[in-house]
Parts: sequence; C-alpha cells; structure tokens
Amino acid sequence: MSSQAHAAPHVGAAPTGFVRKYIFSVDHKVIGIQYYLLALTAVAVGIFLSVLMRLHLAWPTLHLPGFVGGLMTPEQYLSLVTMHGTIMIFFVLTTAPQSGFGNYFLPIQIGAPDMAFPVINMMSFWVTFVAFVFMVGAFFVPGGAPLGGWTNYPPLSGLGEVTGPGEGMGETFWLISISLFCLASLMGALNFIATTIDLRAPGMSLMRMPLTVWAWLVTAILGLLAFGVLLAAGILLLLDRGAGTSFFIPAGLVVSDTVQNHSGGSPLLWQHLFWFFGHPEVYIAILPGMGVASHVLSTFSRKPVFGYKAMVYALCGIGFLGFMVWGHHMFVSGMSPYSGLAFSFLTLAIGVPSAIKTFNWLGTLWGGRIQFTTPMLYALGFVSLFVSGGLSGIFLAQPAVDLYLHDTYFVVAHFHLIMGVAAIFGIFSATYFWFPKMFGRMMNDTLGRLHFWITFIGVYCIFMPMHFIGIVGHPRRYADSTGVNYLATPLLHHVHVFMTVAAIVTAIAQLLFFFNFFWSLKFGAKASQNPWLATTLEWTIPSPPPHDNFGGNYPSVYRGPYEFSVPGAQDDFIPQNLTPAQAGQAR
Amino acid sequence: MEMKTPGKGSTGTALLLALLIVVLVGWTVYTFGAGKYQPPAPITQIGQEIDVQYQRTLWVTGIVFVLSQLGLAWAIFRFRDRGQRATFSRGNNTLEALWTTATIVLFLGLGVMARHAWAATHFVEADSDAIRVEVTGNQFVWNFRYAGPDGKFGRLDNKQVASSSGNPLGLDAADAAGKDDIVVPTLTVPVDHQVELLLRSQDVIHSFFVRELRLKQDAVPGMVIPIHFTATQIGRYEIVCTQLCGLGHYRMRSFLDVVSDADYQKFLKDQEQALLPAPAATAAAQDAAATATSGVAAK
Repeated sequence: MSSQAHAAPHVGAAPTGFVRKYIFSVDHKVIGIQYYLLALTAVAVGIFLSVLMRLHLAWPTLHLPGFVGGLMTPEQYLSLVTMHGTIMIFFVLTTAPQSGFGNYFLPIQIGAPDMAFPVINMMSFWVTFVAFVFMVGAFFVPGGAPLGGWTNYPPLSGLGEVTGPGEGMGETFWLISISLFCLASLMGALNFIATTIDLRAPGMSLMRMPLTVWAWLVTAILGLLAFGVLLAAGILLLLDRGAGTSFFIPAGLVVSDTVQNHSGGSPLLWQHLFWFFGHPEVYIAILPGMGVASHVLSTFSRKPVFGYKAMVYALCGIGFLGFMVWGHHMFVSGMSPYSGLAFSFLTLAIGVPSAIKTFNWLGTLWGGRIQFTTPMLYALGFVSLFVSGGLSGIFLAQPAVDLYLHDTYFVVAHFHLIMGVAAIFGIFSATYFWFPKMFGRMMNDTLGRLHFWITFIGVYCIFMPMHFIGIVGHPRRYADSTGVNYLATPLLHHVHVFMTVAAIVTAIAQLLFFFNFFWSLKFGAKASQNPWLATTLEWTIPSPPPHDNFGGNYPSVYRGPYEFSVPGAQDDFIPQNLTPAQAGQAR
Repeated sequence: MEMKTPGKGSTGTALLLALLIVVLVGWTVYTFGAGKYQPPAPITQIGQEIDVQYQRTLWVTGIVFVLSQLGLAWAIFRFRDRGQRATFSRGNNTLEALWTTATIVLFLGLGVMARHAWAATHFVEADSDAIRVEVTGNQFVWNFRYAGPDGKFGRLDNKQVASSSGNPLGLDAADAAGKDDIVVPTLTVPVDHQVELLLRSQDVIHSFFVRELRLKQDAVPGMVIPIHFTATQIGRYEIVCTQLCGLGHYRMRSFLDVVSDADYQKFLKDQEQALLPAPAATAAAQDAAATATSGVAAK
C-alpha cells in the first residue's frame, strides 16, 4: 500500500556485535524470540507453582522441600495462588502470543522490514524483563510474595503487612512489576497498531491480512485502551500504600482492633478499574490464539478460512464487546443490581461472536483434506477447549446463577479452560508451526505428538472435574478443606487427588516440549523455505529470514491469505505474493 | 518434518483424536447428568427458581457442547487426508446468518429467563416486617447483631472495637439503643419468615455464602449491603467466606440455623437474658454459643 514501508529504519547492515545483535537488539525477530524465551521461563515457574498448589490440595500434610517445617502454611498457599495467576496471565498469556509471535510475524506477514518503532520495541521488551525480575523478586523479600490473588483487591492489598504477610514489601514489588508491565504493553500496543496501519506492503489491503494479523491488531487496540487503566489503578494503589492517600480505602477500617488511618476511598473503584482492564485482558490472551487457530486450521485443511469476513467482524465484535462486560466479575460485589443485569446481557451477547468463530472453524474443516501435523493437532485441541471453556461462561453470565457459582471452582474451571489452556494450545500450535521459520529447523514430530496427546488428555483431566466440585459449592482460593464441613468429604478429596495426579503427569509431559524445543534448535532437520506449503508472506522468504526480512525485495500482494485448493490452480496453495500470471490462473 | 505424502498415518491419528473427543463428551455428559456432584437442596423459593434456571442452562449449553464436539470429532475423522482434494469454499452467508441468529436467541433467551430470580432478590427491597440482622465480617470471623427488644441497632464506634474483651463490633457504650443489641457468632432465623441481612465488613472484603440459600454477597468495608431471603426448611447450614480475605480465608466459617418460630422466640429470650456483651471469637465458642441457653448475668 505505501512506499514508506520500504524506507523504514531497519534497512541497512545487520549489527555484528553480540550485545547489539542479541541483547539490546532492535530487530523485531530477535525481540520476538526474547519475549518468547521470557514467557518460556515464566511458564516453567508458573507450572512449578501450580504443581505445589495441587500437591498441597491433595495431601495437605505432605512434607515439601523448601518450606519451613516442611508444611505449606495457608499464607504460603495463597502467595502461590497469587503468583501463579499473575505470572501466567501477564508473563505467559500476554507475553508469548502477542509480544512474542506478534513481534516476530506481524511485520513479516504484512511485508514490512520491521516494526514502525524499533527502539520503542526494544524498550518494551526490556521494561517487561525488569517487570518480571520485580515479580519473581517478590518471593525473596521479607514477608514473601503477596497473597491477595491476581485481582489484588484492596483493602487487603492496600494496608500493608497488617492484613497479612506478603502484603508488605512483596505486595509493593507486585505493584511495581505490574505497573512496569503496563507501561511496556502500552509501548508494544502502540507499535503494533502503527505498524499494521502504516507498513503494509502494496496490495496488502485490510481484508487481505492473515487472521493472525487481525488478531494481533485487535489485541493491540485492546491493550492500548486497557493497560493504561490498570497502570493508573496500580499507581493509585501504590500511593494508598505509601503516600497516605485513600483512593480505595474507606474510613474507619479496623484491623486487629486497630483503626486504620484512611478515609474516603472506595474498594469498588479498584474493582471497576481492575476489571475494565481485566476483562479485555482475557481477550488479549485468547485473541492471538484464535488467529493462530484460524490460520493453522486453514493451512492443514487445505481450505480457505470459512467466512473470512465473518471471522474479522467477530474478532472486532469480541474486541468491542470485551470492553462492556467487565461488570460480570462484580455481580456479587455490591455494585448496583441494575448494572448487573445490563452486564449480563452484554456478556451473553459476547457469546455470539465467539460462537460464530467456532462454527467457522468447523466450517473450515468441513470438506477439507485434514493433515494431522503437530501444529494442527494443537489447533484442533484449541477448538475443543474453546468450546468447553466458553460454554460454562453462559452459566456465569447470568447473575442469578452466578449467585451460587461465583468464586467457586466452577469459575476456576471456566477461565482455565478458555483463557488458560486454550490460549496455551494456541501458543503450542504457533510454536510447532513457526519454529521452522524462526530457527530454520523442524521440531521433532514424534515428541511433538506425544506431547500433544498427554497434554490434551491431561488438561481435561485437571480442569473438567473442577466444574464438578464447583457445583458442590467448593470455594476457590481455599488453602485446605478442613475449615468447612461440606468440603471435608471423601468424594471431594478424591477429586482433588485425581486432579493433582493429572496435573503432575501433564507438568512432566511439558518436559518433552522443553527438550524438543532446545534439542531441535541444534539437531532438528533442516527446514525448507515453505515446509507446510502455506500461503502467507513469511513462507516466501528463507528460514530463518534475513536481517531485513525480505532481503531488499519487498513483496507485493495480489490475493487473500488463504488461497488453498483453488479450482484451476496448479498447486493446492497460492502464496499471497504470486501474480495472477504466476499462479497460473486468470483473475 | 516436511509435508507428508498424502494420507500417511492420518487415519490412526484421526481415529484417536475423534475417539478422545467422543470419550470427553461421554464423560462430561455422564458426570453432569448422573447427579453425583450436586448442590444441596435449596431452602428458598428463589433457590428453586435458580436451580430451574441452572438446569435450563445446562440443557442449552449441553446440547451445544455435544453437537459442537461431536461435529469436530466427525470432521476430524471424515475429512482426514486420504489424498482427496479439498472442497473449495470461502464460506456461506446463509449459514453465518443462521448460527448467528440461533446463538442470539439461545443465549439472550437464557438471560431473559434468568432475569426474574435476580430481580426478585435484588430489585425488590425487603418487607417492612422482615427480621433484620446485621452481619459483620472481619479477619476471620462472622458476627451477627440483632437489634434487641427496642428494635434499634445501637451506634458503632470503631475506636471501641475490642474483640478480645467482648466488643468485636465496637458497640458505643454511650448509646442506650445498643444496650440490648444481641451479638452472636452464628445466625439464627425463624423458618418461613423473611430475613434481611445488612452486610458490613470491618477490614477487608469478605463474602457471605450459604449454598442452600443460593445466595452470595460480598461484605465491603465502607458499605452496608442489604440482602434478603425466606428460608423454608428448618436445619443447620454452613456459612462460608467466598472472597479472598487473607490467610484464614479457608476457615472463616459460621452457621445459619433455621428454626421454628417458637425456637426463634426462645433464642431471642435466652440471648436477651444472657446478653453476653459478645462471645469470644473462637471456633469452639462459635459452636457452643449457637445453642447456649444460659450464660453469665447481663452486665
């Protein structure tokens, strides 16, 4: 579309020094890999924390190494809950699919040499890195990590150590980390939007963009509008904690018989600000996965995406409605019940574009020639998990039904399936799919498949039973079941043990992935330019791509992104940059 | 792995994946349907209505779940690579319109049907003759206050809060209306009589949840949030905290005792006579106090 794409700052010789090339690099590909490796580190930490939690829930008296006296205390359990959630949501589910793969492939897929603002891009990664250091650092400060959950509601999070260990320095570290993360994400979002709007290759009209690019664009818009709100909320809470303000803390609180010196704040204000960010954040995590799923399903069904335009509108619809549903987290918060009803209908409405996407994925498969590559297996798993996790949302969207299910394990099951493992399946699919392009080598297929089978069965065995104990009324964030009679039953205990065993097996299976990833970097079979016979621009350049992506020959685009099995064409795929003459068909 | 030759190995994979999805569907439908995991029977009219709505939702989502997952499994098996050429299709606007309309009708229809139970509990204020009990959460106990014979809640003064010396709510010693206020660690209400709870918190956010009431409401510091219900079954039910409130969250538990009218009057009389300033907030005392019929003489 525009000629400035060819005059981006990236053009020129690649840096040769180690630091400029691999550490403080401004190359979007290096930055994408940096983000991905950060997410890989974070996911290892997050999984480890979840296994500790599961062990404790199944066998509360089990002696675990690393805990004073060998037993996990309730406050330690809650800090694991908090840190697992925070690390997974911010540093894995936001970092890998959007900042990682988006950074690497968005410019290439639209035919650009780099992001619009390469230096800002570098800064967003390094600020995210510092945020991660602060987050993990919270474990090591006096009092340990915070215990207020990833939602971090004040006053619990606003009064300091008086409300619990971890609410002192640990909580401050948490808030600093999140604020930095917001800052980095704002820079990233800005970059993604500017790049998509301004740097598309000639012929790459909006309706010729791959659905991955659409997903990254909508996600970036969500990020731009959402992270600023959380940043503000985080700073206000830091002020409440350190500077004596009372944005979120009302007058006259008494903790341990001591009156707190605050007045005039509102705890609900935090919830509104947090969820105004928090709900779009759910879509920030899942939309890139939807993009990848559409992309991969089309490629390995050898069929165009069914209803491409409907998919684009559904993405935009989810993004738009995603900002109007935050109140469904607050049905029982004390918010006006009339607002509750409005949020209920808006939430049920967001089920509609979600359903449109699901049906279109099935439509894409229908009549296809399905090739069960590892990335395809993960994309199929994504669809199954998305359906399973999405439908439980219909229960929670109704305030009357939520009166019972709110803050039970039913909710834990719901969001883990849809924004946890469905999004993770999107990341896995993307990894197996793009690894050959990123590193020039194929990942091992046998290990990949084994990893898929165990993980697919495993995640269902972990999270499906959580619905069942949620229906019994098991509240979430309970350190153990001893305090409530109806929880201390053999039935619920057996379910906890079952889920824990499933979690351990699934966690161990992830070692297959880590091994495969690093082993294939060095020993994987050499990948050709287009091993999947795919159509988008990244497959028209060498694997791995040269420094400025297209080696100076910037592409022009002549067709949509998913031209598979076009009648009359010689091959069953037509790359986007082929002219009608080259494609051997009159258009 | 480079692109495989057509069809190689795809039947086994397709079968396995399709089969796994079918097993998943069977397991899920069986477990949701078999009734092994159930909420306890509701003890309010609205609770029954909520259960009906839950069942409706289970049917609608269940059918969508089964059809989509089986559709996925079928597509995986039926359209596996056997060397065929894929059918070329960019989509179908009729189908798009059809499933968009169907989901709008189904999902929003459920919302419309769920409206009544929510409105009946949340849009309508409690009757003027409802029994009013103030519920206060603090880390990590519940306290329940009845207004006493004068029908008036006494003033509270946060500076006078002293849970160890029997004034966990900080009843203002200077206010006569508070002299007869009853403060107990469990909630006793008469059957078939509307009860209004006024939820408060002293420190952080807590949440009041009784499964049998199908009712949950956060207790937010700085706010007084009213909820109401009419219990129709005599019995003892657990009150649990469902908002993360700190390290003792998992054991912040109390009891709801729904008793006959006569027993309720007896409970009030006993409490008025005893008028413990406030029982100590230990678990043992909580259990004991619920059925306490005698105590030290009133101050």
